[in-house]
Amino acid sequence: MITAQIQTAAYLFASILFILSLGGLSSQESAKRGVLYGIIGMAIAILSTVLGDGAEGHVYILIAIAIASVIGIIVARKVEMTSMPQLVAILHSFVGLAAVLVGFGSYLDPETHSLPGAEHTIHLVEVFIGVFIGAITFTGSIVAWGKLDGKIMSKPLAYKGRHVVNIILVIITIILGVLFAMEPGIDGLMYLYIMTAIASFIGVMLVMAIGGADMPVVVSMLNSYSGWAAAAAGFMLGNDLLIVTGALVGSSGAILSIIMCEAMNRSFLSVIFGGFGDTPQGEAKAIEGEVTATTHEELAGLLKEAKSVVIVPGYGMAVAKAQYPVKELVDLLQKNGTKVQFGIHPVAGRLPGHMNVLLAEANVSYDIVMEMEEVNDDLPETDVVMVIGANDIVNPGAEEDETSPIYGMPVIQVWNAKRVIVMKRSMAVGYAGVQNPLFYKENTDMLYGDAKDSVDKINMALKA
Amino acid sequence: MNIGIPIEVSQQELRVGATPKTVQRLLKQGFTVFIEKGAGERANYADKEFEDAGANLVANAKELYKTAEIVLKVLAPTESEIELMNPGTVTLSYLWPAQNPELLKLLAAKKINAIAMDAIPRISRAQKMDVLSSMANIAGYRSVIESANHFGRFLNGQITAAGKVDPAKVLVIGAGVAGLAAIGTANSLGAIVRAFDTRKEVAEQIQSMGAQFLTVEIEEDGSTDSGYSKVMSQAFIDAEMELFSQQAKEVDIIITTAQIPGREAPKLILDYHVAAMKPGSVIVDLAASTGGNCVFTKDGEVFKTDNGVTIVGKLDQLPNQASQLYGNNLCHLLDDMGKNENFKIDMEDDVVSRAMVSYNGKVNWPPEPLPVSPQAPKTEEVKEVKSSPTPEEISKKKATSTVISLAVIGALLFLLGKVAPADFMGHFTVFVLAVFVGWQVIWNVSHSLHTPLMAVTNAISGIIIIGGLLQTTDNLSDPMTIIAFVAILVASINIVGGFLVTHRMLKMFRK
Repeated sequence: MITAQIQTAAYLFASILFILSLGGLSSQESAKRGVLYGIIGMAIAILSTVLGDGAEGHVYILIAIAIASVIGIIVARKVEMTSMPQLVAILHSFVGLAAVLVGFGSYLDPETHSLPGAEHTIHLVEVFIGVFIGAITFTGSIVAWGKLDGKIMSKPLAYKGRHVVNIILVIITIILGVLFAMEPGIDGLMYLYIMTAIASFIGVMLVMAIGGADMPVVVSMLNSYSGWAAAAAGFMLGNDLLIVTGALVGSSGAILSIIMCEAMNRSFLSVIFGGFGDTPQGEAKAIEGEVTATTHEELAGLLKEAKSVVIVPGYGMAVAKAQYPVKELVDLLQKNGTKVQFGIHPVAGRLPGHMNVLLAEANVSYDIVMEMEEVNDDLPETDVVMVIGANDIVNPGAEEDETSPIYGMPVIQVWNAKRVIVMKRSMAVGYAGVQNPLFYKENTDMLYGDAKDSVDKINMALKA
Repeated sequence: MNIGIPIEVSQQELRVGATPKTVQRLLKQGFTVFIEKGAGERANYADKEFEDAGANLVANAKELYKTAEIVLKVLAPTESEIELMNPGTVTLSYLWPAQNPELLKLLAAKKINAIAMDAIPRISRAQKMDVLSSMANIAGYRSVIESANHFGRFLNGQITAAGKVDPAKVLVIGAGVAGLAAIGTANSLGAIVRAFDTRKEVAEQIQSMGAQFLTVEIEEDGSTDSGYSKVMSQAFIDAEMELFSQQAKEVDIIITTAQIPGREAPKLILDYHVAAMKPGSVIVDLAASTGGNCVFTKDGEVFKTDNGVTIVGKLDQLPNQASQLYGNNLCHLLDDMGKNENFKIDMEDDVVSRAMVSYNGKVNWPPEPLPVSPQAPKTEEVKEVKSSPTPEEISKKKATSTVISLAVIGALLFLLGKVAPADFMGHFTVFVLAVFVGWQVIWNVSHSLHTPLMAVTNAISGIIIIGGLLQTTDNLSDPMTIIAFVAILVASINIVGGFLVTHRMLKMFRK
């Protein structure tokens, strides 16, 4: 058994390791070390807690961790990189669930009710807030998972007056909170149940109202919530390690949300409180020109002659799992002496950094994977740009058409290149529901079909 | 409408106003074409070719002018030709209106609507009808070929078994269309090319064609709005002469192309320059027809000076190709004027109104100046708008708002401290500091690692397991223990799954 002082020291050490772990992610080289720090920190935290004074039920703890480890290992091994967003979402829901459970557990813990007046009230408020955030995270993440996995339609579900409903629900929650804090002992359990139900409902509706391409923001936001839930649990248990870790995760998610919102030129509130419908929509600029289609053979010929090629992937590449053929294409082109780069938009895909992970999975060297700003400078000198399954992130309307709903969103300026090939399944509009003038530009050709099939055919033609 | 193409009266003029190809274009535009027998002979176009193209042959000029409503010519019509024309005839030809005021009066008196092709303004829209450019291009090319002919040596440098041959050095004066064409031709033949122009803006064009840009050390720019260069100051001219003396000693070939519209060509190569040149050197003077850039130039003649310098004042015009290009220019203009169907003399049109030097019996010269040449926008200091705040004001505003928000936060913290117990304040301190640390650390995370970041924060947020661990008791029937058990279970899945999947992802990132 270790003393409380040593336990505190161990917690401090774990906190430091967690900070180093996140700091390690600043570059690919140090990232692996970062994960190691995280694992060590977690091990120290768990061990010092279990071995500390007052810890009981070691057998049950071991059983629970053993079962969970088996599940965790299986899930982590089996998951496909294209379904990373779903995994991340479901893991968020677990944190939310755990926060709710810990909240209830803390409320049921007889020891906490021996606290004196003000401290007891504060504790109850902490429990209440912790459960509230946890429940929203739990149900919101499950809905996000369902949407990302295609189990729930990704179209935003919005009904009139939902803002009013949400506000009323929040007011009810506050009233319940006041009533809850005034009840002695565990008499307020009923209020806690009702509030949990309300919070769960809010969580569901919050994410239901958000559409597919806004998912990067939602997932980041839920990431943030799961952190705050952990921090709230830390307050109710009076545990600094939980507070520190929760705060780290909470601010991490918040920053990711901000980055995603900036990448879409939308305010955080507009993403959370409504789809694109709320943005002022004027008469859309008429699009001039014709859409011209090309063939795989023509594109292969074009690629053979090109000196520099930029590939802009989008969610379509992830859906078609085309990253492997794309990697093969890159190899073929590089063998031919062509300079190949990838241009990654911050919100490409359904998760921040999703495209990077997919390309890394296919062994694409991260040296040639560029961010939007880096690649925009090179585009005027680029011979061919291949847009694979992306739409809104290469829409020139965002810069040219003030009436466009996505006006002002930073985009990859592919139209500056000499030739642009857009690989798409059909002429359908992108998530934002806006026509893409890019398709009508003179230097743009369309190549219809599934991304994977198309790239495979191009590779065949290149080898021939 | 009937278009007439006469034989050029001057025997020296080898070109013709149309070629079989442009005749076809004219027919396509809807015109009927009449051509005088033998008009294309000097440019190597047989009558048969014109006939095959669809033109009607006419025996003599008198008959031609009787039927023609539009006349396509190269040189300005002579007095006798004007006599033959019907009033109201439209003529397209060179006219040099500034030098030929008498001719303009004559045309006006006869009510001829004369378009001076050399007066087409040099704006982008009119480039396709700019005969000066198309002809200058030919002249520039030809000047190098001509000089190479008279030079009698290689232009390029060679290292052969028999010894080394130095490349010829060519100086091109004036980098207009002709000058640039000459630079390009000389460069492609392997000569070392230098070029001089008073307009600083052409330096880039000169270099792009492969020549070295020579300049004098005096700050004066010769560019004008018209695209031609202006007359320079005396100091500048002195410096220029000094530069030419130096160059004359070095170079083998000098090609001069300097012309100022409506004036005699400037004298740039003086007697002492010629005297300084090596025997066997060549001067080709493209400004010979307007007096020559070299003092010794004789228009239409090629001769050798006493010190063995050949001065070329006569250029073969490559009449066949020149006629084709010239004819195309004319076609473009007619195209712009509405073809046959909608043919109209539109005096509102910038191009037509400027080139139409005699219209409805009135002389229409000189026209209003029209600024055209592409030039850098004047970099005048734009006065700062007063309403836009200066950086200091902004930072001051920022500082004020920071002070206010800090004051609010301070007050809130004070209130919190008044009601909250000491324990809570301790935790709160930790919380706030941790938020700040997280904020600082996360901004450094590379964009490409955002997904691993989410996965790892997922794993770390599994720290909530601590809550479950602390709540577990030995008594499994206790609801609190059951709840804690489930909490530990889900949190552990998070920890194990999150770390493992992060590790898996990071392993894939490689250079």
